[in-house]
Amino acid sequence: MSAVGVLGVGQTPYVTRRADVTFPELVREGALLALDDAGITMDDVDAVVFPLAPDALIGVGNGERWCVEALGAAGKPFMRVNNGGATGMSAVIAAWTHVASGMFDVVLVAGGERVSESGSAQSVLNKMWDVGYERPIPLNTITMLALSAVRYMHAHGADEADFARVTVKNRRHAALNPLAHLREPVTVEDVLASRVLAWPIKLGDACPSSTGAAGAVLVSERYARAHGLRPAWIRGIGQNTETFWMGDRVGPRMLADHGDADALAVAFERAYAMAGVTDPAGQLDVAEIYAPFSSVELHVIEAAGLCGKGEAPARLAQGDFALGAKGTIVNPSGGVLCSNPIAVTGVARLAEATLQVQGRAGDRQVEGARTAVASAIGGDHQFYASLVLSADLEDIA
Amino acid sequence: MTSAVEPRFYTQTWDLSYRHALGDTTSRFLAGLAEQRILGRRCPSCERVIVPARSFCDRDHTATSDWVEVATAGVVEMFTIVHEAFRGLPDPPYALAYATLDGADTALVGYVRGLDLTDLPSAVASLAVGNRVRVAFSDTPTGTAADYWFEPA
Repeated sequence: MSAVGVLGVGQTPYVTRRADVTFPELVREGALLALDDAGITMDDVDAVVFPLAPDALIGVGNGERWCVEALGAAGKPFMRVNNGGATGMSAVIAAWTHVASGMFDVVLVAGGERVSESGSAQSVLNKMWDVGYERPIPLNTITMLALSAVRYMHAHGADEADFARVTVKNRRHAALNPLAHLREPVTVEDVLASRVLAWPIKLGDACPSSTGAAGAVLVSERYARAHGLRPAWIRGIGQNTETFWMGDRVGPRMLADHGDADALAVAFERAYAMAGVTDPAGQLDVAEIYAPFSSVELHVIEAAGLCGKGEAPARLAQGDFALGAKGTIVNPSGGVLCSNPIAVTGVARLAEATLQVQGRAGDRQVEGARTAVASAIGGDHQFYASLVLSADLEDIA
Repeated sequence: MTSAVEPRFYTQTWDLSYRHALGDTTSRFLAGLAEQRILGRRCPSCERVIVPARSFCDRDHTATSDWVEVATAGVVEMFTIVHEAFRGLPDPPYALAYATLDGADTALVGYVRGLDLTDLPSAVASLAVGNRVRVAFSDTPTGTAADYWFEPA
């Protein structure tokens, strides 16, 4: 199996809407930024993987058709990947598989998102529950994570201020990231005073609906060596899948708790085992983890093994995980809480992790970072993906 | 060279209708609601009573073997109180909860009624995880999962 390098990454700024480009033109921006960063052209690309979340979010059926030229994919192998919020990272993992197998040397992953054009993402996302049993109940991605947050509060004694501190940290980070969507610093009091969406989740605990594009170029070790290139390296990948039924993630016989991210922890363990990470908190400098609501970041930090279950709130309150602290820095980009271009959010996690381990993250750089973990979550906390990155193949081991 | 133009937009609405077959197992569960009964199915492998009823166990991939009527009271596993209006969804406020009914091993989702949702702290307190709720049934069943809801016990 070939080692897989990340030769280049690209992201547009994330904003509410773009009226100056069509969707394929937006996707092309992500592709070109990634190719430019990699120092290659479309001609060098062997195959393309396209992350695209539900069709209804962009209002175009099979939007991958529309974007083939924007991705330079005509005449090449091409696949679309959709795993809800994990779509971007699942696409990266599909591209990783293409390269690791030895089939291709250079694979482009690029896509775009413009959620705001749907007017109401939640009326689209409400359609993902069981048509007989759950659809008559107005579940959506906010309420399903509010349910999870309530369980986390109950199990670990957390409160709304603990959630608010996640937003405060991430907004402080996003203020240093010129690409981030929400960059205004906020206080705990601001978050607590923001309007309730679905208790305990308030507006200040929620991600924006972002428009933007992102891409990455993955290459084989053979290609990197032949061309004298220094990519960042994907050292481990880990995925896991949770049952469809939220009601089976609670109760006396549950295996994984909807309030914790137990199934995600398995995905992290798989990536760590592959990468040789035995002490995540000691070995990983950066975590770019998918958490579209503040409450989610707490249990993902725990699932990633950066602290014990229920310990994230206290660690955050004492200043850990924030830029300038010792130990692993969590979401130095501001994370998904500050920018959520759904289809490419997982690509953005890889992009940010890559910039960090290569020391190219500008004002949001974690000093001396050489290793990172990235993760994404899709469906209804159902599809989990994670990656471990390092600057050199010699790091970690 | 180029003169600035006002951006143009194209407006469309997806207005699609579907008639989903719910299958024998879900259909029987929904029929039970008209009789004020909540039905589950037992998995012969893990012996869980799965509610709402399903024809196969999501854990063992085994066909469930028999119908089990569970109690119409149980405990709150998780809840939320919605104050935001979402297009195409009901007007807020409303409360949702998953509750494990006595005799069931998995939780059922439903609206929670019979609470003053404008008094958020009090509503939150009465829906605390572990609190008891009972199932209430509609007098005019529609044959859907909206025919029952939870109320604080």
